Amino acid sequence: MRTEPLLSVDDVVVQFGGVTAVNHASFVAEAGRVTGLIGPNGAGKTTCFNVISGLQRPTRGKVRFNGRNVSHTPVHRRAKRGMGRTFQRLEAFGSLTVRDNVRVAHDIHRGLLGLVRPSKGDVDGLLERVGIAAYADERADSIPTGTARLLELARCLAGDPQLLLLDEPSSGQDETETDAFGELLRDLASEGRGILMVEHDMDLVMSVCDVIHVLDFGQVIASGAPADVRSDPVVQKAYLGYSDESDLPPVEETRTDLQPVEATMTIPAVRP
Amino acid sequence: MSSFIAYTLFGLFSGAAYAIAASGLVLTYATTRVFNIAHGAFGMLLSFVFWDFSVRQGLPVWLALALVLLVVAPLIGWFIARFVARGLGDAPASVSLVVTVALLVGCIGVTQQIYPPASRSVLPFFPDKIYTVGETTITAHQLITILASILVAVGLYVLLTRTRIGTAMRASVDNPELLRLFGGKPDQVAALAWMIGISLAGLGGILLVSVVGLDYYSLTLLVINAYAAAMLGRLKNLPLTFIGAMGLGLLSSYATGYIHVDGALSQLKNVVPAVFLFVVVVALPQAQLRVGQVKGIVSAPLPKLPRTMGWSAGLLLFVALLAGSLSEANLLLVGTAATFAIVMLSLVLLTGYGGHVSLAQLTFAGVGALTYAKIDQPNLYGLLVAVVVTAGVGALVALPVLRLTGLYLALATLAFAAIMDKMLFQAEFAFGFNGVLPAKRLSILGTTFTSTGGYVFVMAVFLVLTAWAVLLLRRGVVGRMLLAMRDSPAACGTLGLDMRWFRVGLFALSAGIAGLAGALFAGLRQTVGAGDFIYFQSLLLLLCAAVFGVTSVTGAVLGGAALMLLPVLQSDHASIGGLLFVVLAVGAVLLARDPNGLANQLFKLGRWLERKIAPRIRANLPSLPGSGGDRLEADLEPTGAKTEVTASEGIPAHAH
Repeated sequence: MRTEPLLSVDDVVVQFGGVTAVNHASFVAEAGRVTGLIGPNGAGKTTCFNVISGLQRPTRGKVRFNGRNVSHTPVHRRAKRGMGRTFQRLEAFGSLTVRDNVRVAHDIHRGLLGLVRPSKGDVDGLLERVGIAAYADERADSIPTGTARLLELARCLAGDPQLLLLDEPSSGQDETETDAFGELLRDLASEGRGILMVEHDMDLVMSVCDVIHVLDFGQVIASGAPADVRSDPVVQKAYLGYSDESDLPPVEETRTDLQPVEATMTIPAVRP
Repeated sequence: MSSFIAYTLFGLFSGAAYAIAASGLVLTYATTRVFNIAHGAFGMLLSFVFWDFSVRQGLPVWLALALVLLVVAPLIGWFIARFVARGLGDAPASVSLVVTVALLVGCIGVTQQIYPPASRSVLPFFPDKIYTVGETTITAHQLITILASILVAVGLYVLLTRTRIGTAMRASVDNPELLRLFGGKPDQVAALAWMIGISLAGLGGILLVSVVGLDYYSLTLLVINAYAAAMLGRLKNLPLTFIGAMGLGLLSSYATGYIHVDGALSQLKNVVPAVFLFVVVVALPQAQLRVGQVKGIVSAPLPKLPRTMGWSAGLLLFVALLAGSLSEANLLLVGTAATFAIVMLSLVLLTGYGGHVSLAQLTFAGVGALTYAKIDQPNLYGLLVAVVVTAGVGALVALPVLRLTGLYLALATLAFAAIMDKMLFQAEFAFGFNGVLPAKRLSILGTTFTSTGGYVFVMAVFLVLTAWAVLLLRRGVVGRMLLAMRDSPAACGTLGLDMRWFRVGLFALSAGIAGLAGALFAGLRQTVGAGDFIYFQSLLLLLCAAVFGVTSVTGAVLGGAALMLLPVLQSDHASIGGLLFVVLAVGAVLLARDPNGLANQLFKLGRWLERKIAPRIRANLPSLPGSGGDRLEADLEPTGAKTEVTASEGIPAHAH
């Protein structure tokens, strides 16, 4: 019997020079549930993701996954233990086709020496599931942003992760797509996977998440069920200037899919 | 005791000169994120200009110095910033490496062109002023150098902390885009950084030239000392860079004075900087995976199997014809081209598919050649041994730096090449000091290919087989993973790929292929020496790969032929020898951003011809059955047919 949550972030601090991006943040994500991580731009959400997945070493604090302290575990080993993530700034393999993107993920999951190669059916099944089968033969750097985000999700799923870290998965999608995406998330959670999601689409967050953590200036300022978080005065203050929280600050669209980008480890200095 | 003080003084003097050069390197890198491999080459070029002004034209030394450092060097720096290095900091490390290697070769070319080889010398400043303190003497030149380094340190400190433009420079390190948003001008900042950087390279070169001598290569390669010092400061910390430079100066000086050993280590004093560089690079902390890199490179189309077979047969036929008709000397050239083409194939794998740059590929070929030459009766097993040994050496080079990527990996290979070049290849157990080793022709299944023509044909067969192997890898799981790793290391990591071992494997394989080339070359020439594998050649190889395309077999074969032709053309037309380097460098700068190179232009031309001409031919020959059209076109269009057909079928399905 496991009493510990699937993922717990414990008192994590991240400093970039003099800037504190994450300031003693602690929160958990449970298996079988969709957990939302929200907050204004620059609140430290993506940095938290980087710490959880191992791309960023925290200045202090611990990350526990599946009952183990993984704070010093390298990125790839965390993935092997069942962590999958997508990126706010797309990290699709641009020079491969959509299908080959997923195929590579399969190959990595099974290891180079794995004798069983993924069948086309396995791969296309995943593309079907996230709804991008029509793009299978296109190069990943030529598909729309929203589609590429779904591709990143499909690529993650090829490794059959227990925990999915989704960084703004719905940006670039229209309303119908977002609805379908919400259903997919519920579906994935019902398989017992934990989902931790950074998202700016408040309708999606409120309708899909079981639990929400609100981050501001790198600190968790509120946690709870969507309804509680929505009515929390502290949260409303964090979003001050936006009277209706379903009309939160606009999603900052930082890249289109073909543009070369800078390193993203810096946090945006301008806050809304 | 007095000798100790003398060595210390000399160490401090050379350390001060290294520090000046290294701080220029750091300033440029920190501000523009371009690591200038050509830093020493600019110092060399400016030293020649200084000689021109002060000795040939007879200007006063102070005026010549001022002209070089305050006019010529800033002009060069501005030119580079404006026309060559713009936007380079955002490009993948492989691109900026190729461009700065091109600058290095270009500098050497320009210098050779303007100042053809002759005996020249530059006197130290105030040559007759020598001060005696106790039992030791110190020259005015040494004092001036040490003073200059202090002035440079103070000047840079003031510039970076007390001036507006200095603040902008530091800001531009973190985020040039943000700097632009806040009204800064990153382009101006970058130009200033290049101007000061080149000027400091010049000052370093001029201060050292009276000791090192006015030589194209030794001054250029002195930059390894500057790299090493700059690495200690992780390319951003100026005080640590100064400490590194001083430490290195002292270390080299003491090594010269006190290490007197025979055998393999006798040349140790010459490789102190390279060893220092290697150790510092190895000790660097693990590079964190960067998110948000440029990705999605359009690679040259992969040919389909029938095309590959057709081309292979064509190439073999061509070589067979040459083998039957050419003179011995020309056959050796064809064999050399095949050697270089195989080495290029190792770069296709490593750089074209994997995105890593090696500056030691010919050194690996040298290891293969050395192993081969040591084998009594070289047969296929012997060849295999040469390949495996070289692959092992490649793995050994990559192992300590497996945590690092891009620039650091490339610098580790450069340090390795320098160490092999100056020490291990010269050792008794290797080629011996300036020596050569005899090597036998390869024997396959009891048949020894004694005639050069036959041997060259065998080399062509190996070239074809290697190309097949590389293409096979590219098509399969490994190829997909290589491209994935190049496009997004971060995503590969979060998908669970341990890239370190993959990288070591790739590096070893690539080295092994280069080793194969070296072994075959040894058999071809029947005598090999360290001079066949000097590491400057590896830089030329990289440029040829960049010009002709490092993502395709076609590019490798053309690049191999070009690298073989380069010295031939240079000796035939000695008057434009330098100019040829410049042409190669300019080509590499222009084409560096497209890794597919000229080969891809050929493919494009082929596709264009196909679109324009093929319908017309079909229209004129209405009675032809449609299915056989392709083949007939190939027969009808002897000049461009093969390229055209390759390209047409090779267009990947997803490119439509």
